[in-house]
Amino acid sequence: MYELFSKVSVWMIPAIIVFIPLYAALRRKQPVYETFVEGAKDGFGTAISIIPPLVGMMVAISMFRASGAMEMMLSAVRPAFDYLGIPSEVLPLGILRPLTGAGSLAFTADLIQTYGPDSMIGRIASTIQGSTDTTFYVLTVYFGAVAVRRTRYALKVGLFSDIVGFFAAIFICMYIFR
Amino acid sequence: MVNWIWLFFIVISVVVAAFNGKIDTVTQAAFEGAKSGVTVSFGLISIMVFWLGMMRIAEDAGLLAKLAKALRPIVRWLFPDIPKDHPALGYIMSNLSANLFGLGNAATPMGIKAMQELQKLNPDKDTATPAMCTLLALNTSSITIVPTTLIAIRMNYGSANPAEIIGTTLAATFVATAAAIAADRWYRRRSQTPPSSPQLHHATKPITPASHTSGGGEVV
Repeated sequence: MYELFSKVSVWMIPAIIVFIPLYAALRRKQPVYETFVEGAKDGFGTAISIIPPLVGMMVAISMFRASGAMEMMLSAVRPAFDYLGIPSEVLPLGILRPLTGAGSLAFTADLIQTYGPDSMIGRIASTIQGSTDTTFYVLTVYFGAVAVRRTRYALKVGLFSDIVGFFAAIFICMYIFR
Repeated sequence: MVNWIWLFFIVISVVVAAFNGKIDTVTQAAFEGAKSGVTVSFGLISIMVFWLGMMRIAEDAGLLAKLAKALRPIVRWLFPDIPKDHPALGYIMSNLSANLFGLGNAATPMGIKAMQELQKLNPDKDTATPAMCTLLALNTSSITIVPTTLIAIRMNYGSANPAEIIGTTLAATFVATAAAIAADRWYRRRSQTPPSSPQLHHATKPITPASHTSGGGEVV
């Protein structure tokens, strides 16, 4: 099954890259190269316009991680995890996952290396890492690109679903891999 | 809320670092963060330029409209405010499909393009529209069918069954996405009801209107 999936995901991008221009050229008689260049023009400006919000957000997140504030906050909730029988080694992922994609991936890889990929910790960490995206990054980039300043409830919704996803991942793994 | 969280991160970091004698580290981390912000944006340039070019071809050829048409029931339900046949719908659907199939570097440009299309419909350019918030909610919880990166890592460390997390990941991402859609709906309805008696109305609802502290991590 996985073989099939990995085959599909390897072929997906090249298939899209061939299909779109081919369809446009044959069925719609489009000047495909010129259209490509025309559309691509916006890419540079958009990527550059994301720099200020992204720098602002990454500075704050980087400071937060380096200061040891995260460990302090976690030590407060650790006893509750021990009480529920949840391996508290995965706890930092709950905070790292919405903040930094690269950081939480590195942390997950570290847990997998330390405890083994087929341990409960390794499985839970893999599931958490795979099941949600980096909320702060998505929010910063998407709203940054259109210069929307008031993001209303978007962050609350993102963080709420992160929390739900975090606990769902833990309980689903603990149930499935008992 | 973003303003408060940002301030919270910076203040708490400096205070905690002062206590731990890590002030140097935090200063260094601040500038490393700034640097990685620029690096990430620069990394986005090539991806943005490439996919926006591709997507323009797809849009002009009517492929995006076809995609949006094929998924119309879902679209109407998730994004009731977007006019039928608006180009934003095609970009939104391509963004969601790219997420679904784990095409990470294609998903971001399409999502940004969708935001730009949504911004054209926005009467108040400074403030997010409900449709933008829904798109954000779907992207932060991102349904992915196969978490390829993680399977590769598990394989690397000699897992007996690297793909065994597909099922649990799918279940967890499904729950997270359902929670995101539900919360988004709730906030959307709340923001659209006239401000007659908000307190009475929503006092018993499950999600609290959350002050700035709720996102900081205490709940985890």
